[in-house]
Amino acid sequence: MSQPIAPERTQPAAGRTRGQQALHEMLASNWLATVLAVVLALVLSGVLIAAADKAVQETATYLFARPGDFFGAVWTSVSSAYVALFQGSIVDTSASTLTRMIRPITETMTVSIPLIFAGLGLGIGFRAGLFNIGAQGQIILGAVFAGYVGFTFDLPPVVHVVLAVVAAAIGGGLWAGIAGVLKARTGANEVIVTIMLNNIAVYLVAFLLTTTAFQRGDSNNPISPPLNSNSLFPLLLGSGFRLHAGFLLALATAVGVWWLMNRSTIGFQFRAVGSNPNAARVAGISVNAAYVWVMVVAGALAGLGGAAQVLGTEKVLTAGVAASFGFDAITVALLGRSKPLGTVLAGLLFGALRAGGFAMQARTGTPIDIVLVVQSLIVLFIAAPPLVRALFRLPAAGTEPPVLAVSPSVKEVGL
Amino acid sequence: MKRMTRVASLAAVAALALTACSSAPEEETTTAEETSAATDFTACMVSDSGGFEDKSFNQSGAEGLDQAVADLGIEEIKVESSAETDFTPNIDSLVQQDCNLIIGVGFLLEDPIQAAAEANPDINFALVDSSFSAPDFSPLTIDNAKPLLFNTQEASFLAGYAAAGMSKTGTVATFGGIQLPSVSIFMDGFADGVAQYNTDSGTAVKVLGWDKAAQTGSFTGDFENQANGQNLAQGFIDQGADVIMPVAGPVGLGAAAAAKAAGNVMIVGVDADWFDTAPDYSDIILTSVIKKIGQSVVDAVTQAVEGNFSSDPYVGTLENGGVDIAPFHSFEATVPAELVTKLDELKASIISGDLVVESESQN
Repeated sequence: MSQPIAPERTQPAAGRTRGQQALHEMLASNWLATVLAVVLALVLSGVLIAAADKAVQETATYLFARPGDFFGAVWTSVSSAYVALFQGSIVDTSASTLTRMIRPITETMTVSIPLIFAGLGLGIGFRAGLFNIGAQGQIILGAVFAGYVGFTFDLPPVVHVVLAVVAAAIGGGLWAGIAGVLKARTGANEVIVTIMLNNIAVYLVAFLLTTTAFQRGDSNNPISPPLNSNSLFPLLLGSGFRLHAGFLLALATAVGVWWLMNRSTIGFQFRAVGSNPNAARVAGISVNAAYVWVMVVAGALAGLGGAAQVLGTEKVLTAGVAASFGFDAITVALLGRSKPLGTVLAGLLFGALRAGGFAMQARTGTPIDIVLVVQSLIVLFIAAPPLVRALFRLPAAGTEPPVLAVSPSVKEVGL
Repeated sequence: MKRMTRVASLAAVAALALTACSSAPEEETTTAEETSAATDFTACMVSDSGGFEDKSFNQSGAEGLDQAVADLGIEEIKVESSAETDFTPNIDSLVQQDCNLIIGVGFLLEDPIQAAAEANPDINFALVDSSFSAPDFSPLTIDNAKPLLFNTQEASFLAGYAAAGMSKTGTVATFGGIQLPSVSIFMDGFADGVAQYNTDSGTAVKVLGWDKAAQTGSFTGDFENQANGQNLAQGFIDQGADVIMPVAGPVGLGAAAAAKAAGNVMIVGVDADWFDTAPDYSDIILTSVIKKIGQSVVDAVTQAVEGNFSSDPYVGTLENGGVDIAPFHSFEATVPAELVTKLDELKASIISGDLVVESESQN
């Protein structure tokens, strides 16, 4: 009798796999470590920006003959790049009209919409102990469903956009539900299944765009017809801006997710399963049903991100409509510690990086890939909290109450 | 451990110091002002998601812009898109940089370029590989936007004819990277050229990898993975193909590697003359279907700088040299004289309009 229990004692936490334990540790990193991770990523990227700059490279060859040139060039390249990043994402101080001046912040908000939606979905999965990598595929399916409803039917205002949004949620939910059912029924690893479903989604949308139902008129370019105007999200600030009602929907959804996870019975079950599936099972919660519903809800939210792309930002369905939002959203959810408010803020930060990246490229010639490097470095530091703590000599913070108790200072700052 | 770190950092500092010892250059103040004073025209370009180093049409476009900048002494700004969602913000940031001409590379930029052209009537736009269309899909002319189009099928028709004429096994092949109109237009012309050869000489040369009537064929799935090109080409070689036209950018080099390993297999290059751009394989390049995107960009920029910009589409044809087939180079001596004569006749009749090569992917 004692044999089945014995191996569990050696596991990091009862009932959790190693992956779930790692996930748990990432989510448990405190706010200070999160902010420091972002700062560190920006500093390191500054080094790369300087290294890639031609003037810096030239002046480095005579560093000792005239060091001022070198440090001047480093300062110019890094500061102008980050100034352009700021001007492209918050306020363009060099603009001549008010519209152009405030447009960057609205662009940041626009770009953040799919990140927030998908990040909220992923966050629910993370808190339920499911490492869902499939937001990319779920966004694509949401976009396909919303797009199809948007350009195929001719419906009255309001009805059309609502129907398209619902279709997107169903599309994303069904796609993620596949992984949930496989996990619940067969124990298939959700990481692998969702990654594979991403690939299937990418080729599915590419295939659909070769069919006449998804192409425009007599052209055989893989691009859908423009969406019917009744199916589009209304613009919030007029035609000078791309910001659309999807942003408000994203904020409302964040509140909804907060309510779901913190106030509802279902959310409690999700969290219980995430904390300890065995205990949850003993307490009478159906763990398998929870896995399926977590994935369906996460997929539906990611699908709404796809809806925001086709019904708001792009207004057309192409194979690249999801860009890399599904993968960026993983970082957003981790950075936001899977909490709704954190996810919204992290989504805005990533939206700002992306929106500012365009200005950085056009104004200073800094490769847009540097934005990807910043994002990747953030993930790296978030994924390795001990590294950040060691660098800044922070005391260890963790999930275990005794550890938190001995580091009250971190707890205060962190919260 | 500490010792190791110290030694390593010392070595790093020493290396840095050594490279940093050269003398400072003299101050130069004059040249920059002179060039910028030549003209204050700024030509800008947005790549599609392939980026400017795709060894394909984005790169051709960028080289054309660089050429125009060198010739005309103007300024340039090039921005890369990493995804299709980057197009609109990239174009918008170029509008903010006071570009005089903004060129979008690739049909995927049609909608963003069209929207920007309508919103900014004082800026000129150009679009490679696509024309503009109204919401009901009818063709549309925008006063400040110029489509740069190519009748690539005319040139690849000649290449297909030559391939069929040179095949000893009676089997030729073609494949693409991704099934896009700008890819399948090559394959349409190639298949038609082979069919024309069969009609003219009563042969039955087979084309593997593309069925023009059904518009289906073989694709590797991307424009990056050369191993896929090599495997696909090997499959065709195993089925007896001895001339292969890969329409897949750098993936085609994989096909060339397979052809070279097999011996007796020839490659038809695309976009540029591969005899020059792929010197490793110059002895197996039968010819190339050349699509001069760079030249069309140079022309569009020149017109805009000189104030002659018009919305009339540029269409690269055999007639104006916008598309062409490359010389036979290594095969100059082996290509039969009557085949060369026949190709010249066909080229002349395509130019005169007596022979029309059609493609569904034509704009």
